[in-house]
Amino acid sequence: MPRKLRWRFFTILAVVLACVVGIIGLPGSTDSLLQNLSDRIRLGLDLRGGMHLILQVNTEDALTIETDQSVERIKRSFRDQEISFGEIRRRDATHIEVLEVDPDRLVDVRAVIDEGYPAWQRGNRSGSSDSFLLSLRPEVEGQIRQSAVQEAIQRIRNRVDELGVTEPVIQNHGPATEYQILVQLPGVDDSVRVREIIKSTALLELKIVEPQDVYPSRAAALEQYNGVIPDGRELLQGIPQFRDTSEPTQAWYIANRSAAITGRDLRMARPQNDQFGRPAVGFSLTNDGATRFGRVTSENIGKRLAIVLDGRVQSAPVIQGRITDSGEITGSFTSQEANDLALVLRSGALPASMDYLEERTVGASLGVDSIRQGIMASLIGLVGVALFMVTYYRLSGFIAINALLLNLVILLAAMVYISATLTLPGIAGVVLLIGMAVDSNVLIFERIKEEMWAGKTVVSSVGTGFSKAILTIVDANVTTVVAVLFLFLFGTGPVKGFAVVLFWGLLANLFTAIFVSRFIFEFILSRRRRVSLSI
Amino acid sequence: MQLLKDVNVDWIGRKRQWLSLSLLLIAASLATLYMKGGPRYGIDFRGGTLVYVKFKDSPDLGRIRAALSEQGLSGSTIQRYDVPEKNEVIIGLGQREGEVGPDTDAGRVRILEGLQSAFGSSSGQEGKIDLNNAAPDELEDRLSGVAGFTSLLESDESPAFKTPGELARAVTDYRDRNGGIIGAFQELESVEGMSPRLLAAVQEQAYLGGFAVFQTEFVGPKVGRNLQRQAINATLYALLGMLVYIAFRFKGTAYGAAAVVAVFHDVLITLGFFSLADRELSIPVVAALLTLVGYSMNDTIVVFDRIRENLRLRRRESISSIINRSINQTLSRTLLTSGSTFLTALSLYYFGGQVINGFAFCLVIGVAVGTYSSIGVASQLLVIWYDFQTRRRTVARAARA
Repeated sequence: MPRKLRWRFFTILAVVLACVVGIIGLPGSTDSLLQNLSDRIRLGLDLRGGMHLILQVNTEDALTIETDQSVERIKRSFRDQEISFGEIRRRDATHIEVLEVDPDRLVDVRAVIDEGYPAWQRGNRSGSSDSFLLSLRPEVEGQIRQSAVQEAIQRIRNRVDELGVTEPVIQNHGPATEYQILVQLPGVDDSVRVREIIKSTALLELKIVEPQDVYPSRAAALEQYNGVIPDGRELLQGIPQFRDTSEPTQAWYIANRSAAITGRDLRMARPQNDQFGRPAVGFSLTNDGATRFGRVTSENIGKRLAIVLDGRVQSAPVIQGRITDSGEITGSFTSQEANDLALVLRSGALPASMDYLEERTVGASLGVDSIRQGIMASLIGLVGVALFMVTYYRLSGFIAINALLLNLVILLAAMVYISATLTLPGIAGVVLLIGMAVDSNVLIFERIKEEMWAGKTVVSSVGTGFSKAILTIVDANVTTVVAVLFLFLFGTGPVKGFAVVLFWGLLANLFTAIFVSRFIFEFILSRRRRVSLSI
Repeated sequence: MQLLKDVNVDWIGRKRQWLSLSLLLIAASLATLYMKGGPRYGIDFRGGTLVYVKFKDSPDLGRIRAALSEQGLSGSTIQRYDVPEKNEVIIGLGQREGEVGPDTDAGRVRILEGLQSAFGSSSGQEGKIDLNNAAPDELEDRLSGVAGFTSLLESDESPAFKTPGELARAVTDYRDRNGGIIGAFQELESVEGMSPRLLAAVQEQAYLGGFAVFQTEFVGPKVGRNLQRQAINATLYALLGMLVYIAFRFKGTAYGAAAVVAVFHDVLITLGFFSLADRELSIPVVAALLTLVGYSMNDTIVVFDRIRENLRLRRRESISSIINRSINQTLSRTLLTSGSTFLTALSLYYFGGQVINGFAFCLVIGVAVGTYSSIGVASQLLVIWYDFQTRRRTVARAARA
């Protein structure tokens, strides 16, 4: 082999080896070969089955919570400074109204708000000098919304990990201002349960019930206060209780608005059975939580403690004595529900509620079918194209087929090395590529033929044929790559898989056509002085 | 083979015929799109709920409809899916605006309830688990709960499963590898390691429901609208990107414009065929359209490259003759490449399965139209542009003289 060709030969050999090792590793047996192959090629959800979810985080919720907390803190500051005020209330998620403050102390009011609450922009309420409208600064609002999304992602990840899903994808989806989360769970098909677990806000609050009464309806509770619930209290609905009869009993409570203990104070939650043997969830508290809980319970012996989950009272037992570090949530749970509740409590509450924007589940059987059909279509396409090429180009056709096969090997290796996901459209991309990849070789062969018809020698025909075809090949491939790039940007999941396959396939194509096929031609020509070429 | 040596077809001479054919096809496409009220958007763009169900026996669509009506879902669509022998049906629900909220799943749950009551368990199966719809974990939990099941596994003649979980997974794997639905318990005898005793034990805990859900899709209206916008943007930007590249490479907007018009023509006609065949636009179809844009552009560029080369080599020849020569010189390549691509697209269409059938259909039509448009549209437009330029120059010269 001439020196010039030798280094090319070794380059090609190195590339092929690196690719083959990348795809199948160094297997000891046929079984481990197949095992390695299936381990290394990551299949998309559409091929292995699973769930694909897009969730909308209602970041308004997080803002509302922040604003509510600010309202409470501002009230406290005013009271500390002994500034009288008519009312301080949340107008909407990002605005607070401060009404009728003491007109003589406007200076102090401004100082308290501006220094103590820099997140709030103070403005005058039109037409009155003693009232203010506070607006949450846009940059703070953005931060709160973003961190709500990040926190939600973290919580969902905790939950999914506890479910034991392997290789889940949980990430931001779409533009940052849309506050959406993409969740992909391969292999999950118990979708009803999983979506409940992911979505439940799991906001646990323990609140003291004041007064003690349990009301049978909303109206009955309101009647007690002439329709206006006093400041700092709230009306809560209990879950329907089934006692003796099949008719559920309704229960309404009036409880302190501020919670004694929330889910954040939990150290652990686990399913257990209550004293009647019904499924329940036991929890234990952190040190800080236990101290506070001890104080609250000892101060309120004889009162009811409402256990509120996502705004609904699960149960409201009477406090018998001081409780410190542990407790139990009873309600009407099945054991599965108790399990799942313990799971979501352990993983922490979501900072905001979420809605499903998109949900797709693919059964494992469909994926198996799709792979089978995809392989079938690839093989038939491959055989068809191979026959086509050999019929038309005879021996040179084999060079094209060789380039085509090598192309597929490089493509697969690239997919493994960049750990790309193979999807069904991706397989379709492979099939399509089998057809398109011969293009470069066809362009070259046609050029060589033309040169030969023009009366040039074989050697010079091959040389000119290649150099003339290269420019066209590059031009033609660039446009396809442009289309593929936009496809990648536009697509989600499966379509991205398609774009990735086409992109790497086209790159591999350039290498095999320009480098490998040329090497083979020149190698054949270097062996003997040829006067004809089978093309 | 030298089928196409020294072809000399007069492509440019039939300029009028080619362009009339294209205009006719475009008019027909627009007409069919207009008559059907625009392209038929699939669930990806329209929003809604789709439940793909496989039945044990040939499904009676009337019975499905009745079962759904009982759930208050008389507005649902019921269609057969794939080949009739597979007993597969798609049940669809439209998405009403403003319905987004925590209960978006309600439609799907109701569909399942309706099917369950009509095709699920029958008498004597209460309290058992549906083997055709059970997840491996559910089956495992169920079997683990049976007293003495583990010792049953151990006492088997040739113990193949160490835990109930292994058995559960073997059974569900078998089901998933064989079409996703089990017709009769006897089928499970072919599960490796299954003994008649174990099968009997499984049979005591489970029954075979009449249907299995193998895919569900729910897309909210907001997502649908977003996807629609993104799809259009992606296509337009891709076209723009190519226009810029070609203008840059060929040093003139005429080439870029001609190529883009040709590609636009391809997309429009493919959409027309789609509409004619009553097929739905989905995300994969848009992906196929974009691929098509790339492919058709590729095909056009090969011809344009030759035209540019010949313009340098043969300065004395008329532009029509150069373009004609270029088309003929690349004809053999065009037919070979399109032929092999068309072949693989056909293979995908016939053997690739139902899920990507729309995608494959799009490629089959697109490759054909895209190949034609390089010759029949892009090259002809280029001739027209050059003719126009020449005429303007002649007029200008005449005016000066």
